[in-house]
Amino acid sequence: MPHILVLVKQVPDTNAKIVIGSDRVDLSAVKMVMSPYDEFAVETALRHKEASGGEVTALTVGGPAADKILKDAKAIGVDNIVRVDNAETLDSNGLQTVLFQAVQALGAEVVYCGKSAADTGAGSTGPGLAERLGWGSVSNIIGADFTSGVSVMAPSHGGQVKLSVPVPAVISCDKGNFKVRKPNVKGIMQAKRAKVDVHSFEAPAPSVVVVNHTLPPAKPAGKTYEGGDAAAEVAKLLREEANII
Amino acid sequence: MTETIVIAELSNNAVHPSTAELVSAAMKLGDSPTLIVPCTDASVANSAVGMGAASIIAAKAEAFANYDAKGWASAIDAVAPQGIIVTGSSPQSKDVAARLAARRSLSVVQDAVAVDGTTVTSPLYSGKAMQTVSINGNVVVSVRSNIFPAASGGAEGTSVVDTTGDVATSVQEFMARASERLDVAEANIIISGGRGMGSPENFTHLESIADTIGAAVGASRAAVDTWEDIPHTMQVGQTGKTVNPNLYIAVGISGAIQHLAGMRSSKYIVAINKDADAPIFQHADYGIVATWEEALPVLQTTLANMMA
Ligand SMILES: Cc1cc2nc3c(=O)[nH]c(=O)nc-3n(C[C@H](O)[C@H](O)[C@H](O)COP(=O)(O)OP(=O)(O)OC[C@H]3O[C@@H](n4cnc5c(N)ncnc54)[C@H](O)[C@@H]3O)c2cc1C
Ligand SMILES: Nc1ncnc2c1ncn2[C@@H]1O[C@H](COP(=O)(O)O)[C@@H](O)[C@H]1O
Repeated sequence: MPHILVLVKQVPDTNAKIVIGSDRVDLSAVKMVMSPYDEFAVETALRHKEASGGEVTALTVGGPAADKILKDAKAIGVDNIVRVDNAETLDSNGLQTVLFQAVQALGAEVVYCGKSAADTGAGSTGPGLAERLGWGSVSNIIGADFTSGVSVMAPSHGGQVKLSVPVPAVISCDKGNFKVRKPNVKGIMQAKRAKVDVHSFEAPAPSVVVVNHTLPPAKPAGKTYEGGDAAAEVAKLLREEANII
Repeated sequence: MTETIVIAELSNNAVHPSTAELVSAAMKLGDSPTLIVPCTDASVANSAVGMGAASIIAAKAEAFANYDAKGWASAIDAVAPQGIIVTGSSPQSKDVAARLAARRSLSVVQDAVAVDGTTVTSPLYSGKAMQTVSINGNVVVSVRSNIFPAASGGAEGTSVVDTTGDVATSVQEFMARASERLDVAEANIIISGGRGMGSPENFTHLESIADTIGAAVGASRAAVDTWEDIPHTMQVGQTGKTVNPNLYIAVGISGAIQHLAGMRSSKYIVAINKDADAPIFQHADYGIVATWEEALPVLQTTLANMMA
């Protein structure tokens, strides 16, 4: 009976406007949600359990505010919810070191996560954690099949391949070609009562430290033309002004 | 100063020209980059001569025949000296970057768009903000393409080192064959269609322009979700691919924030849309307020003449 772990991260709603206060992003007025790809990771983890038995644990590394997304995961159907209490900013080495210890402590056979978090956009955590565990990994899967072992659909050179994935492994999930389930009333009630299991682990000192946040440089206003014939003019500008064509 | 190591980007059995940009980024982070070319046939590394690396190592391993993150990282790690490692930022390269960093207990900074001595800048929140970090000691940095100038010169010969990778996964079956078309994640020019194209058949107009100028064809999510014939591999945006081409042509795309998230950092943006108030025009260097039915034939003819 496999113990299936799924990583979830709390991030600003992707529709939120991002503002900078002095030299850091100011998230005080922003709604926080589960990172969108993590929803696919949770769904895939639940499907894995449905096919093989076992249990699913959702885990986040963050402060107490992140309990909310754990409860969201609980409402959808995960069995256990765990928070590694770490409010301070970790670099990727720190985060992965903490996750490595958590996986060792909890004893998972497979870990699902999002392809990239909506804040960092990095895509480092899945492959990085796998490397530390000495496990295989597949990134950016768009589907999975559990009829015999674990096989996944992953992108490859503009096409797709079906890969068999020996466990233990870390699997990062892209937007899948399937729908994710929504919580039902019973699930929401259970999630309200659910207790978050809180752990803490040591992290190394960061070697990457944030200096500042800035808004992206505003683009100078472009040129706008009316009517389809202007396409000829634009094509010329692409050669003469932009030096592209 | 710190040693730097660059992992070559590959495409069609050759070192991709964007590798020369990685070399110039590496030179801003440290000294004399060693370029490592993952390959099964060492002659591939010859195409890296002239890209500015101080030395070129063809890292030859069976593991490089197919992509497996664990296999690639272990085979590269075995030949790469200690130092700051620079990779490209395709999904596969970011995967390898993360693995290499973890293997050496280092941190990784993905998608660098600026590098200045010991600071690195990369986008946050899909480009809605930029983050600058300082780095202390060795790290792994993946670098966006089309931002850094290409380095030139450097080593004139290559050396070959045999290595082995510890492969963890195996291909069961090729599901969707790679299309003949260029992948949006690798293209220098992309022409994308949205719901405004009206039907998937009309994407042939985009394809013929793409063929004329060597571009890839992309799509908005609305196009992918509405039409089965437009695969998700073509989708650009927050839940699709993040692209960073020299030129992005958006046709019949409104310019929703989630679409912008995937393409706003393109060097030049051209928008063709019949609605003058479409948000995409606020991000376009050249906007054409017209239907695609009017604009695309003119664009096609003009470009064909220019390329002739
Ligand atoms: C969580 C989340 C993630 C998302 N991720 C993505 C993503 O990755 N990528 C993405 O693209 N979207 C994404 N979306 C969807 C996004 O919000 C928009 O719905 C989508 O981008 C709209 O696509 P569109 O511009 O093609 O369609 P529309 O918004 O319908 O725009 C069509 C445009 O075509 C123009 N038009 C119509 N007819 C013509 C004509 N004949 N000639 C010229 N112009 C014409 C119209 O004026 C209009 O501006 C996401 C949304 C959510 C909530
Ligand atoms: N603090 C965190 N807590 C739990 N999971 C995380 C955390 N950070 C990243 N992850 C997981 O790793 C994925 C990729 O994150 P990133 O490497 O930052 O792009 C996310 O989608 C999550 O599944």
